[in-house]
Amino acid sequence: MGSKATIITDPDPLTGKLTWDSIPVHDPVILPVMIAVALGGIFLFALITKMGKWRYLWDEWITSVDHKKIGIMYIIAAIIMLVRGFADALMMRAQQALATADSVGAGYLPPEHYDQIFTAHGVIMIFFVAMPLVVGLMNIVVPLQIGARDVAFPFLNSLSFWLFVVGAVLVNVSLFVGEFAATGWLAYPPLSGLEYSPWVGVDYWLWALQISGIGTLLTGINFFVTILRMRAPGMKLMQMPVFTWTSLCANVLIIISFPILTVTITLLTLDRYIGTNFFTNDLGGNQMMYVNLIWAWGHPEVYILILPAFGIFSEITATFSRKRLFGYTSLVWATAVIMVLSMVVWLHHFFTMGAGASVNAFFGIATMIISVPTGVKIFNWLFTMYKGRVEFSAAMWWTCSFLFTFTIGGMTGVMLAVPAADFVLHNSLFLIAHFHNVIIGGAVFGYFAGMTYWFPKATGFMLDEKLGKIACALWTVGFFAAFMPLYILGFNGMTRRLNYYDNPEWTPLLWIAAGGALIVLAGIMTQFYQIFVSIRDRHKNKDVTGDPWNARTLEWATSSPPPFYNFAELPKIHDRDEHYYKKEHGLAYQAPDKYKKIHMPKNTWAGVVISAFSLMMGFAFIWHIWWMAAFGFLGMIASWIMYSFERNKDYYVPVEQVEEIEAKHLDAVRQHAQTNS
Amino acid sequence: MLKKLLLSFVIIMLMLSLSGCELALFDPKGPIGEQAKDLILISTGLLLIVIIPVLFMSIYFPYKFRKGNTKAEYKPHWEHSTKIEVIVWLVPCLIVAALAYVTYVTSHSLDPRKPLGKDEDTLTIQVVALDWKWLFIYPEQQIATVNEIAIPVNKPIEFLITSDTVMNSFFIPRLGSQIYAMAGMENRLNLMASEEGVFRGLSANYSGFGFSGMKFKTHSVSDEAFEQWVDKVKTSPKVLDNTTYQALTVKSKDNEVEHFADVDPLHFKKTIEKYTGVQNGQ
Repeated sequence: MGSKATIITDPDPLTGKLTWDSIPVHDPVILPVMIAVALGGIFLFALITKMGKWRYLWDEWITSVDHKKIGIMYIIAAIIMLVRGFADALMMRAQQALATADSVGAGYLPPEHYDQIFTAHGVIMIFFVAMPLVVGLMNIVVPLQIGARDVAFPFLNSLSFWLFVVGAVLVNVSLFVGEFAATGWLAYPPLSGLEYSPWVGVDYWLWALQISGIGTLLTGINFFVTILRMRAPGMKLMQMPVFTWTSLCANVLIIISFPILTVTITLLTLDRYIGTNFFTNDLGGNQMMYVNLIWAWGHPEVYILILPAFGIFSEITATFSRKRLFGYTSLVWATAVIMVLSMVVWLHHFFTMGAGASVNAFFGIATMIISVPTGVKIFNWLFTMYKGRVEFSAAMWWTCSFLFTFTIGGMTGVMLAVPAADFVLHNSLFLIAHFHNVIIGGAVFGYFAGMTYWFPKATGFMLDEKLGKIACALWTVGFFAAFMPLYILGFNGMTRRLNYYDNPEWTPLLWIAAGGALIVLAGIMTQFYQIFVSIRDRHKNKDVTGDPWNARTLEWATSSPPPFYNFAELPKIHDRDEHYYKKEHGLAYQAPDKYKKIHMPKNTWAGVVISAFSLMMGFAFIWHIWWMAAFGFLGMIASWIMYSFERNKDYYVPVEQVEEIEAKHLDAVRQHAQTNS
Repeated sequence: MLKKLLLSFVIIMLMLSLSGCELALFDPKGPIGEQAKDLILISTGLLLIVIIPVLFMSIYFPYKFRKGNTKAEYKPHWEHSTKIEVIVWLVPCLIVAALAYVTYVTSHSLDPRKPLGKDEDTLTIQVVALDWKWLFIYPEQQIATVNEIAIPVNKPIEFLITSDTVMNSFFIPRLGSQIYAMAGMENRLNLMASEEGVFRGLSANYSGFGFSGMKFKTHSVSDEAFEQWVDKVKTSPKVLDNTTYQALTVKSKDNEVEHFADVDPLHFKKTIEKYTGVQNGQ
């Protein structure tokens, strides 16, 4: 890219802008990765073929509309993308540690490559790691927590997932065909406009985010309806588990904010493809409008990521403190307040754009007010532990680490919310340290806690506890080593996204930060080893009863993994901690007098096929291959129409099958109770 | 793990306090930076009122009420206390109220547009962000420079900032506030140096491949030295006219310092009007 890549102004009718030169075989960093990925792909393909598993994959996973399986696929995809995003992080830390020089050429990455890396890092970590982890956990847990058999729109759920996959695929294709955006993760125009970024990188960004963003919007609608309409009989709103509550609020935010993203990206797409001037420098374009719009989506997005994590910590703290959650009502209201306020603070991302003092003060104060309900939540978790019996499971380690780490991140966030202080801290490494502090120490630790906690529910066996604790310790220490120096560097005037710098005072702290990143790497490797060990010892770590933690909410009333229909009989709700209530009152694990046949949705090809056409369309638009874009678009529409004419979408599970599955689980529970008594 | 956490936190805080005296933002060289520093310290102090107890509780509670400690009280059904609820809502509210007051006051007192002295005492410097260098125009002295400025110490400076390319952010950390440079728009930033010295300046908003090279030196000097510097710039063989400006708009990385002995006093205005059309009477 840059001076090397030629800008093709006159695309070929057959191949668009795509030529053999688009594949960066000359790049010494990318070529080995390309070879490794190709070999890995061939190996995987051969392995699946040899084991004859294609049919199984297609029937049981790819076409599945089962929320639990879709959830697992989201999380697997997120973990793969985490590896990619983290590799980017390591490369950035290495570059900055090495790049003390007053002219370009320092370190090992030229700006043309480095700038793509920091852009890809942000995009991947937010859109293709954090989002799928949130959505994956919601998929696995929410229907179970509310006593439903699936989500409201199972086909849409499958479509959402595959549209997300298309976005992830496009980002990864950009590594090997063409290049990715080098604009920063939010692609501010005019830099991301055609005049300043004529290459295909920004187009990859546009289409990857547009397609996966529509998937996310569909998820938002799906879960919003599911939570409001499909709760088990008797479950009032104020009896929903906190994770369901926080998911509901996150989905409201998705419904409100993702259309803004869709529109903003569309306007930028029009600027780049048909020469409109929404965000260009001249002809009345307004770059400030873009910055406002993207953050009107971007700030709620942060809360879409963190609110479900808050829900996870609430579930875990209550379970492992062996106590009811302290201040449930207060927690729910705090969540709702955060949800509303998160929509009126977006301007704090650009106090330095030149708004008037009163406007800045308004948004600064609105931002600080959010810290009140957030603080209340932290107190509620602390007082849940208070007078409890805290059991330090791995999930609880993540929670304790979160409480400490996140509090610091919250403090630095409020500092940044003071406009006049932000004038010197904006875009500095202090800011970088702050948002990693809340996203890693808040959201990501929450997802890891949730993955540890619900892993047995999803798979039927436990994650290795000891390795989980080691991973948590490594992540925590690594996080502090990697980001505390960044706070200091921010105070020392170092700004973000520098490829090299002429201030040698910064170098030592950047080496410490790089060391911290290596400790986090050790944490991630421990997690992979943990998963390997846990799968290897799965018979030993089997979750027999479906309730390995002696937990409180409804998802633990099912077997692990739950039967595909979740609940043979929809539970009647007595209490917020329904499963605990039933255990206390001797009502748990009772077979109903009579089982009934169960109405379930059938798997469908439509989600994956529509998404495959959207991949074709996105790729074709990126490379200006118009015939293929039209083909992809028409393919999407045609397959959707075909699907809507399909009559055979559901079926009944016969009573005998339900009886057999349920009896097996109840037997296992009974046997377990006997051997343990 | 908690011990490790605490330890690393203490070490880092120690490092912070030891190196604090040298950090750019804690060793400002002008009144705006000075006030920003005070503001950071005040807001940190206010926040620590609630942060320190929380950090303490986040270690002490799980430790005290650990499973093994059977002596600690255990109330499995205890889930509400109006007293605690009132405190945990009220105390943060009070702190935020105090911070909100500080925020409102400083948003106005540190408004980048606010002049630091009388108009006739103020030196105006016009700033144009280019790919990838800073062009500075001294309209009163009728000189222009690239990637270097000199300012008289203790003299209020008003920077008028625009861009003839993508968005950048004009920032001299030791003097204080930054503000965006955007094409077709003029942003104002008032700063002042209270000490002599050389301060780093840079772009704080990513603007493309040459972004890291968008750095410049700010020479804060005595009035006499400033006059001498102006005279030196005036001896430069180059002048800023359409031809030399066109050459400057060509993308370049790590652009050298350049001096221009003369400049069209309306150059800055024209740079903005290129995008907006002519602004009559503005």
